[in-house]
Amino acid sequence: MASNGGDGTPHAPAPTLWPVGFAVGIAVLLVGVILGWLIVAIGAAIAALFGFLWIREVTRPVRAAEPPAAPEPSTRAAPQGRKATPEPGEGEIVRFPRSKLLEGATLGLGVVIGGIVTLPVAGFALVPPFVDQGTDDVDVGALDDFPENRFVITTFLLDPAQGEVSRRTAYVRNNGLLDGTPSLTILSNRCVHLGCPVQVNGLPIDAAEQKEQIDKTEVRRIPTAAAVGFGCPCHGGQYDDEGNRTAGPPVRALDRFEFKIKNGRLLLSKTYSVSHVEGTGADAQITAYPLMGPGQHVDGPEAVLYPIPPPGR
Amino acid sequence: MARPPATRKEQILHLVLYPLTWLEERSGLVGATKYFLFRKVPGDISWGHTLGSATLTAFIVQVLTGVILAMYYKPDPDKAYESIRYITDDVFLGWLVRGMHRWGASVFIILMFLHMGRVFLYGAYKYPRELNWILGVLILALGMLEGFTGYLLPWDQTAYWATVVGINLQATGPFVGPFLAPVLAGGADIGSDTLARFYAIHMLLIPGALFALIGLHLYLVIRLGVSSPPWSPNAAGKDRVEPTPQGRAGLVAPGPRGGKAR
Repeated sequence: MASNGGDGTPHAPAPTLWPVGFAVGIAVLLVGVILGWLIVAIGAAIAALFGFLWIREVTRPVRAAEPPAAPEPSTRAAPQGRKATPEPGEGEIVRFPRSKLLEGATLGLGVVIGGIVTLPVAGFALVPPFVDQGTDDVDVGALDDFPENRFVITTFLLDPAQGEVSRRTAYVRNNGLLDGTPSLTILSNRCVHLGCPVQVNGLPIDAAEQKEQIDKTEVRRIPTAAAVGFGCPCHGGQYDDEGNRTAGPPVRALDRFEFKIKNGRLLLSKTYSVSHVEGTGADAQITAYPLMGPGQHVDGPEAVLYPIPPPGR
Repeated sequence: MARPPATRKEQILHLVLYPLTWLEERSGLVGATKYFLFRKVPGDISWGHTLGSATLTAFIVQVLTGVILAMYYKPDPDKAYESIRYITDDVFLGWLVRGMHRWGASVFIILMFLHMGRVFLYGAYKYPRELNWILGVLILALGMLEGFTGYLLPWDQTAYWATVVGINLQATGPFVGPFLAPVLAGGADIGSDTLARFYAIHMLLIPGALFALIGLHLYLVIRLGVSSPPWSPNAAGKDRVEPTPQGRAGLVAPGPRGGKAR
């Protein structure tokens, strides 16, 4: 009735209880991740023990079986004397070396042609995201448009060629002068948990939105009253005024923009990542790193998981 | 093409069946279809065994509605949302076809899991069908990827931010994550290239792979046959006696209906 394929003998292993112990070990290990390293070690030990017993149980028939007989030496491996045509083995057709060569050449040529066609196409699909991903500096207004010691919600087009889809938001705070040069805190609104838009906490709006046409693109600025940190609507990450993480899942402080002042105008340039900030305002000590994606650690033991930042930006 | 048909009835039958005979003689496809549709299955299979064909049906619905939606959809950041609105509100029966595709996606995924559960609980993944389980898992993974890439296409706020989170989730994978995310997004950031890329993946790349994998999956189903339920007295490799009523209480289903002589 039931078709069984193959030789008809069932190869199902005998029932065993070891997986239950293995599962208990994994469960203890996972509970340990919350409770402490000792529980993790106990769970790992249980899982390893029962895993070993399970593997031993399952492989018993295989290990008990006789070792397979040594393979027949192939006709190609042991040529004896010089013969134009090797003796055919049982059930083998007579083949001249030239025929084998031609077959190999045909297959090899096919592989070469396939590679020549495939490689550029694969490169076309995979390489562009890593080349020339930087953007030009973005003019977001005159320095005088940014009142001192309060954040201005500034939105702008990161890449005008792409249009509105590249609109980004930065929180710009003018810290006044530091040793005669302007000091600004410019936070990216990209949450460093998974990239949602971070919002200003509290009742932010202080004055009407200012709109300015710069290079045919619109920059919008909304001055805020005293901001009380930032919060992410997606998974509840919280940051203080300097972008330091105060609660929730983010793994570091908010990213920041480098800036330039040219002819009294504020230009945003590259974004960089920050592990944490000491101090506030103009006196802040920023521990900076090259830009990493959201959720990627820049310091601490987890940073070894992300050794190479992707090139091109 | 033996002797000419004698009676009137035979002549009509011959004429009606002639296209099939013509096709069969040149391709063998009629016989192959019969072999596929009318193959033998165990006598004690149940409705649970129809979940695989139900999943296949859901997939075919997705393909047909998807092809038609592609005739109206525009994968451009400035036009995508408007074209979806156009399909839903203005195109004749567009709301229905889009609804079928949108809800059918969930049906497809749910049916895959139900089918997987049936195969698991019946032990139908065991020798010699392990490879078919592996193929099924690949189909499941690709089906989920279809869901992920299709979710972006309406290009509304939910779609955009869900994809931002989804791609950044990939980016947190150790070592390869930071490189996987730009490949998915088509650049350092999610933008116009991302939408076109997801559209191509959603309607060309993954469906092509799914066709191939489903073909292999079906080939193995036909080659290996359908397995009996574990309680079947005819189950493969089993040589068991009919369980006593006490022994099977609450544990296994009752024996096959319609007598025991088989």
